[in-house]
Amino acid sequence: MPGSLEKTGFKEGLMAPILTSSETAQLINLLIAFLVGIGFGFALEQGGFSSSRKLAGMFYGYDATVLKVFFTASIVAMIGSRILSSLGLLDMDLVFHNQFYVGPAIVGGIIMGAGFIMGGFCPGTGISAAAIGKIDAFVFLIGGAVGAFLFAETYPLIQDFLVSGNRGPVKLSDSLGLSDTVFIFLVTVIAIGMFWLAEKAEKKFARPDITKDY
Amino acid sequence: MEIMRRKPYMNPYLAGVLLGLVLLGAMVISGRGLGASGGIKYCVVSVVGAVSQEHAATADYYSKYYQDGKKPINNWLVFQILGMVVGGFISGAISGRLTWKIEKSPKISKSRRLILAFLGGVFFVYGGQMARGCTSGAALSGMAVLTTAGFVTMIAIFGSGFLFAWFFRKNWI
Repeated sequence: MPGSLEKTGFKEGLMAPILTSSETAQLINLLIAFLVGIGFGFALEQGGFSSSRKLAGMFYGYDATVLKVFFTASIVAMIGSRILSSLGLLDMDLVFHNQFYVGPAIVGGIIMGAGFIMGGFCPGTGISAAAIGKIDAFVFLIGGAVGAFLFAETYPLIQDFLVSGNRGPVKLSDSLGLSDTVFIFLVTVIAIGMFWLAEKAEKKFARPDITKDY
Repeated sequence: MEIMRRKPYMNPYLAGVLLGLVLLGAMVISGRGLGASGGIKYCVVSVVGAVSQEHAATADYYSKYYQDGKKPINNWLVFQILGMVVGGFISGAISGRLTWKIEKSPKISKSRRLILAFLGGVFFVYGGQMARGCTSGAALSGMAVLTTAGFVTMIAIFGSGFLFAWFFRKNWI
């Protein structure tokens, strides 16, 4: 279960997360959501995620920006939250941990990957691209809304599958029997290895005709 | 013309650090991660509720969003995606990238690009609802808190992308 390390003396005083969605003024929380969204959309667009051909480059080797941004971001958040929680400033038990439903996570992920290679966006990058006027991104998001509608309408048919294989909000570090710190270190090492490969792939599969102008 | 005043994209590792800090900020302030497909879902649920109150109140899927007089549009994720539009627009504006454009390979027609973009959106959000989150909500935010769900969803999304890439190569390269 989340947050097993050094628990003593944590509970007194101010400790993040500061706002949890159930309590405190809902209005402030929605304002925070809006500000977080601004940072999220800004970072995606600055990173080049508003370009479908740049995103799709991931799958053909000519542009690995997706891998670099995605893994750097997840490592920064992992290390940052690990440091804050070991300093007693963040209670990881109060941070949302997504539940692992084995079949739905895998099948849903496969469907998403197919959507990625067809559409060239994921929902977040589609929003950042639509924000700068990419018409293909608007159409992707309309498709996304239709996808959400189809899901809701087909929900009774797939309901049994959707709730199957629930393992709870398990952490991979716990399943592997590693401490969070060691696990994060290993993920970082693996990511650096992937960054090195990505840089080589970008040279090998370079497509200056595509990458010079999006 | 426009290309002249266009600024290059941020270094990807730097953009990753920025994105990671935004995610960390969301975890610290609100105890949650980032998400995109969830906000789209809440918008759709709201529209369905506006079009047919009866359907939204009785159908299994929608009714839980309308219990106790709740309004699905007043949701954390909805406000977050509104912010994303503003943040993306600010970034595009300061970097000279605001243009109406259909981005595509010169080998394919505009209509082919738009049909595939539409289908991609349908698949992505459908799969995202199934996996209880997309690239940001399940994979990125999940990995940040070390969940198995986060890592498995990430591997499934990218693995599947590589698997299907060959079939769609003409659309991109």
